[in-house]
Amino acid sequence: MPRLPNRRRVLALGTGSLATIALRPVAAEAVTRTETTAQAIRRFAGDAEIRPGRVHLDLPPLVENGNAVTITVTVDSPMSGEDHVRRIAVFNDKNPQANVITVHLGPRAGRAAIATRIRLADTQRITAIAETSDGRYWSTSADAIVTLAACLEG
Amino acid sequence: MARTLISVPKTAEAGEIVTIKTLISHPMETGFRPGADGRIMARDIITDFTCLYDGEEVFRAETFPATAANPYLTFTTRATRTGTLSFIWRGDNGFEQTETATLTVT
Repeated sequence: MPRLPNRRRVLALGTGSLATIALRPVAAEAVTRTETTAQAIRRFAGDAEIRPGRVHLDLPPLVENGNAVTITVTVDSPMSGEDHVRRIAVFNDKNPQANVITVHLGPRAGRAAIATRIRLADTQRITAIAETSDGRYWSTSADAIVTLAACLEG
Repeated sequence: MARTLISVPKTAEAGEIVTIKTLISHPMETGFRPGADGRIMARDIITDFTCLYDGEEVFRAETFPATAANPYLTFTTRATRTGTLSFIWRGDNGFEQTETATLTVT
């Protein structure tokens, strides 16, 4: 028989969560996400299965300044009319918004390779997902440690 | 007009894959940051970038507040024939800017 929570246990739980809230930095409280990373990924890929592989995400593992972090995404693809990359999207875990960038490519791109500069608000994991012309999705992730965060300090 | 930097090779052989680099000066105000008065500053970002090759779309990017200030993008395209590359940036508050470059295919 499962134990029902009694008054003492409920009270103990209450103090625990209060302490967690108090320890979080004030600035992080200012922004609440409207969409989680998983939701943003589902909005991009629908119900399709996302397999690991084919995508290469390159970003510095240790970031001194989160305001401009160079990232490179490449996808193994012949980029021919029959077999090419249609879209590449990059997502983050801890920024105020889950999306980083979404690019649309085609066989005319020649290579599935892009580079840009992004903001990272915290030490977090970055995920890149590519959609190929056969409707399949491929992904990879990379972690970055950020010493000076973007967005909050300026 | 925002300042732009565009790097496109002057000439390319037919079928060659050319690398294009673009940069536009823009603050990319995220809409998450408090200003001097403590209130959150309104979002002002570039939301869309398109590259046309002789009027046909060859590359498009949707950008979000997570793109750093002065958005920089590197991408590739296959040189087919001599023509014009147009770069169009669109963003909040009706921002729109178009720049062009000529690619000579030998």
